[in-house]
Amino acid sequence: MKKQIANWGNYPAMESDEKTFVFDDQLHKIINETSGFIPRGNGRCYGDASLSENTISTLKYDKVLSFDIENGVFECQSGLTLDQVLEVIVPKGWFLPVTPGTKFITVGGAIGSDVHGKNHHVDGSFSNHIVDMDVVLANGDMITCSPTQHADLFEATCGGMGLTGMVTRARFRLKKIESSYIAQKQIKAKNLEEVIRLFDEYKHYTYSVAWIDCLKKGKHFGRSILILGEHAKREALNNKQKKEALQLPKKKQITFPFNLPSWVLNSVTVKAFNLLYYSKNTKKELNNIVSYEPFFYPLDAILHWNRGYGKKGFVQYQFVLPLEAKQGLIEILRRISDKGLGSFLAVLKVFGRQDSIISFPKEGFTLALDFPVRSGLFEFLDELDKVVLEYGGRLYMSKDARMKPEVMVAGYPELDKFKSIVKKYNPIGKIRSIQSDRLFLTKN
Amino acid sequence: MPTVLVLGATSDIAMAIAKKFAANHYAIQLAGRNTEQLKPLQSDIHVRYNIQCTIHSFDALAFSSHKAFFGSLTPMPDITVCVFGAMENEDNAFDDFESAHRMIDTNYTGAVSILNIAAKYYSSQKQGLIVGISSVAGERGRQSKLIYGSAKAAFSAYLAGLRNKLFKDNIHVVSIKPGFVYTKMTEELQLPKLLTAQPSEVANAVYNAVQKKKNTVYVKWMWRWIMLIIRNIPEFQFKKMNL
Repeated sequence: MKKQIANWGNYPAMESDEKTFVFDDQLHKIINETSGFIPRGNGRCYGDASLSENTISTLKYDKVLSFDIENGVFECQSGLTLDQVLEVIVPKGWFLPVTPGTKFITVGGAIGSDVHGKNHHVDGSFSNHIVDMDVVLANGDMITCSPTQHADLFEATCGGMGLTGMVTRARFRLKKIESSYIAQKQIKAKNLEEVIRLFDEYKHYTYSVAWIDCLKKGKHFGRSILILGEHAKREALNNKQKKEALQLPKKKQITFPFNLPSWVLNSVTVKAFNLLYYSKNTKKELNNIVSYEPFFYPLDAILHWNRGYGKKGFVQYQFVLPLEAKQGLIEILRRISDKGLGSFLAVLKVFGRQDSIISFPKEGFTLALDFPVRSGLFEFLDELDKVVLEYGGRLYMSKDARMKPEVMVAGYPELDKFKSIVKKYNPIGKIRSIQSDRLFLTKN
Repeated sequence: MPTVLVLGATSDIAMAIAKKFAANHYAIQLAGRNTEQLKPLQSDIHVRYNIQCTIHSFDALAFSSHKAFFGSLTPMPDITVCVFGAMENEDNAFDDFESAHRMIDTNYTGAVSILNIAAKYYSSQKQGLIVGISSVAGERGRQSKLIYGSAKAAFSAYLAGLRNKLFKDNIHVVSIKPGFVYTKMTEELQLPKLLTAQPSEVANAVYNAVQKKKNTVYVKWMWRWIMLIIRNIPEFQFKKMNL
């Protein structure tokens, strides 16, 4: 059905003819009849990666296929969302090996974006935990691939934004947990130097991430709250929690009811928000036991929080810089605070090593922040791109809606290899998105 | 653990019904023509709800096979839900009797064939429950749903009659009348949001109607009133309308 679609940033929006399927033979028929399409899950990437004139939605292809409770191996169709996976596995003492900051993404999307979480420095990205998966190619053939079987297809599909084919089934390993709670430690850092030092000091923690105030200047430049966590052991729980150690969190959700007018977000309101957020922790260090929900998915509690950025939408800018490029991080933060364009959510995290051809993570610092779409923004981001490249960094395609093709080329040294694999499995670019065309991944 | 038989289990509505009952600890029997298509749903139900879920080959149009099909079920289902149906292009069906015949047989004759068998069994046991998914399209004959509407009208009348016939044996019959539902059948249509139900809403309506032994249930309450109005438009006026 033709409808108006956009991803989470609400920018860009376009009309697309969306097809859904429940059974394999239906998918086969749709693929044969459709040209120029991109697979689409829950639309939780931010930019234009899953936008195209034709989209094939996996949302109705969402069955759980098997769950080995002994060994923690889960198998499902690609349209299943992570919140549904959690509902099945948490009560049995298992957790997602890697989870991004929202549980409302599909398994197919997790693979297409090769998502990372707060534990990247310990556990890598989502694709590191895949046993095998099925990919339906542009010609309708289905291929089962894994790190050892059709390895080129596997490698280019993890993080490949759906361009090699449509992931239809995946089997992945889970992480054993004793409770559904997280032992959380929050430490306030008065500036960027300190938070970088703290990341290093606490690198043995499984989960770590920092919220950073991009608008603060002077000696508090880069003040942050570092948030660390471990899955809580049973003995760390109080008696009440012990009784229901593997309980799913109760659903408490509110909905952002309408698009905020875009003038509401300005440097004054964002500064006020940041001040409140930073000051809510009165002590230097705070230790507590929390449910996994607020720890991993604080924003999922507010449905449609993206409306807070108004009708014009926003772009999320996420880049990674090598560890030694601390100066680059300082320079980018300085430009943002000078421009006064910061957002509520600037998130800093340290990635560990990763060897893959098209996945975003590589060892270094990654910073993600939102910018409401307004005039002058894209020119400003082009300037930031130059700094990112100068220091050997790159951008995340899942967040992107505007980078120039040369930024992609410079950031991803194995891009040619990726393109040749895409060409092998999707020879005439039948599978394409407006992003892949913009970045010349499916168009020459 | 009571068992629910879902007839025509590959439709979006049927899948939602199967999941709803499974979530409430009913064992599930999935019956449909394409048993291969039912396997993912079977594993999904089994893993999520840890209950028994079996697959059975069933063709609504193969009337002569219905008796053997129902007799082969073990255990015998406590509840039989008849979901199958077919909507084909009405213009085409007006020209091509094959198509009209298929719609009539799927929506009506096939349903009568299998539900007579279930009803007889339940009567002999003095317990059991039957649910039929009919349609608001059967409330009044009109040109845009000529064949489909008349077949559903017949099915609705059959369900009402069956409810009356089985009352003395303590067997309850539920008629469900969905309006628009977001399914494969309606994927290409622009439907009014307020009047269109998700398959899961139909499933909830079926489950609640079974628990409360309701007679006739409209999914989305507005439909009861819309159809009341449509039924009461005088025929001399109605026949001139383009509905």
